[in-house]
Amino acid sequence: MNGFSMLAFVETKLFLREKAAAIAVFGLPVALVIGFGLIPGFGDPQKGLSGQIGTEYIASISVAIVMAILGLNGVPMVIGQYRERGILRRLGVTPVRPLTLLLADLMVWAAAAIVSVALVIAVARLAYQVPAPSAAGWFVLSALLGIAALFSLGLLVAAAAPTARSAAGLGWLLFFPNMFLAGVYFPTEDMSAVMRRIGDFTPLGAALHAVRDSWMGVDPRPEYLGIMAAYAVIAGALAARFFRWQPV
Amino acid sequence: MTAVIEVSGLTKRYGGVAVVDGISFQVEKGEIFGLLGPNGAGKTTSVECLEGLRRRDGGEVRILGLDPGNDGHRLRQRIGVQLQETQLQEKLKVREALELYASFYPDPADWRELLGRWGLAGKADATFAKLSGGQKQRLFIALALVGNPEVVFLDELTAGLDPGARRATWDLIRAVRAQGVTVVLVSHFMDEVEELCDRVAILERGRIAALDTPSGLVDRAGGEYRVRFRPMAPLAVQSLAALPGVTAVSRHDAQVTVTGTGDFASTVTAELARRQVLVADLRIEGRSLDSAYVALTGRTMET
Repeated sequence: MNGFSMLAFVETKLFLREKAAAIAVFGLPVALVIGFGLIPGFGDPQKGLSGQIGTEYIASISVAIVMAILGLNGVPMVIGQYRERGILRRLGVTPVRPLTLLLADLMVWAAAAIVSVALVIAVARLAYQVPAPSAAGWFVLSALLGIAALFSLGLLVAAAAPTARSAAGLGWLLFFPNMFLAGVYFPTEDMSAVMRRIGDFTPLGAALHAVRDSWMGVDPRPEYLGIMAAYAVIAGALAARFFRWQPV
Repeated sequence: MTAVIEVSGLTKRYGGVAVVDGISFQVEKGEIFGLLGPNGAGKTTSVECLEGLRRRDGGEVRILGLDPGNDGHRLRQRIGVQLQETQLQEKLKVREALELYASFYPDPADWRELLGRWGLAGKADATFAKLSGGQKQRLFIALALVGNPEVVFLDELTAGLDPGARRATWDLIRAVRAQGVTVVLVSHFMDEVEELCDRVAILERGRIAALDTPSGLVDRAGGEYRVRFRPMAPLAVQSLAALPGVTAVSRHDAQVTVTGTGDFASTVTAELARRQVLVADLRIEGRSLDSAYVALTGRTMET
């Protein structure tokens, strides 16, 4: 195996060895779907959720949670540690560039997100007969753009924060408002118009809207896709510009 | 002999201050070359410019004929580096670390063999976080060697090792050199440099204060030193005072102390042999790189 595939292989094993992370990424979303699905009548279309089936709505929320946990907690924390522990520096004196490790990690985490989303779809379908996303192509695009947007934001946090601790802190600082405004804690249908509008412009808000819409078989508004793409490109470019490979 | 490392006028500035201020030296193939000096003298910055980890502000550097600034990628395939104060991923196992780093190089060493040679065979499945300080250090040395390098840079080789492990490490480094590998050693331990290095550059405030073999540095420093012994037969000690180089002779109970300069110790022992006086507890004191360092730089190591 060459350097990149070995790094990806080793980082996959390391990811799975972090029990808490594996539970948060693979266990929590599925547990949410199963738990909420037990509520009587939740399998029917809900008036307060724009007519979406309750379990399908929860499955969409789970997809958003996976993106937020990996992008805003996982990415900044791990990269912050890798810099602080001198792992990136150590790679800098091998024929493999430290960038290779970042790319391998992003690939592993994106794969973890995709597996988790697939698990959510499968469990929702097997346990509660929730149909798979109707606009499949739009769903895949929305999920991938959402992953890209939140990972880029996580990279920007890792680039801006001087230490692993501050990277983790800053990640949490973005995590909660994103979750709140995206409608993970309570549906955007219950929000005021202003709040809903603000939420539209958060990366997680745009992602959740696009995921819900495409799950219901509605084409997501181009605005949501554009917002996610903008976060991915702008945050990614800023991260690339300001990233430090070694501790200051 | 061919120069494997050629450095001339290497300069590195931080905020206008030259941390490395125009140093020049050459290292021959198969040499163990030491960079000695107090903390902040610019040792680590210098080697990091050589490794291509930092960009130099001036001067010329060639390692194996390659410029670390322009030919970094090709150079890194042929060098091995042990950095100060690095860690690995906490849950990375020892065998995984070696296997991973071996995969980075075109012609890696057998990492299983390195595992045994560096006393890590029993720890192959231990995660990095579970290793002791000494085991981590040995793992980093093994990682520096896993690419089958032609030149190895070792920064504070024996930091965190106990005395027994230090000796064992020195033997292993000599074995590495015996295979034709050139070794650059950054250290602030006098005994280590004296024990291992063929030549040493003493760095002070970013400049080379002296460059020679360890014994050359000791000779150059000159100064008095002492020979102590207990004669096993009656000895008229004052007669030793007339020998060339001897400056003083004293006797305390059974112990005789002779002070002098230059090569007087051999003169004294030759004289004792000529008189057929056996001696016990013969000790030569003060003639070390330690005292030479103080004499050459006018100060002790601030470590």
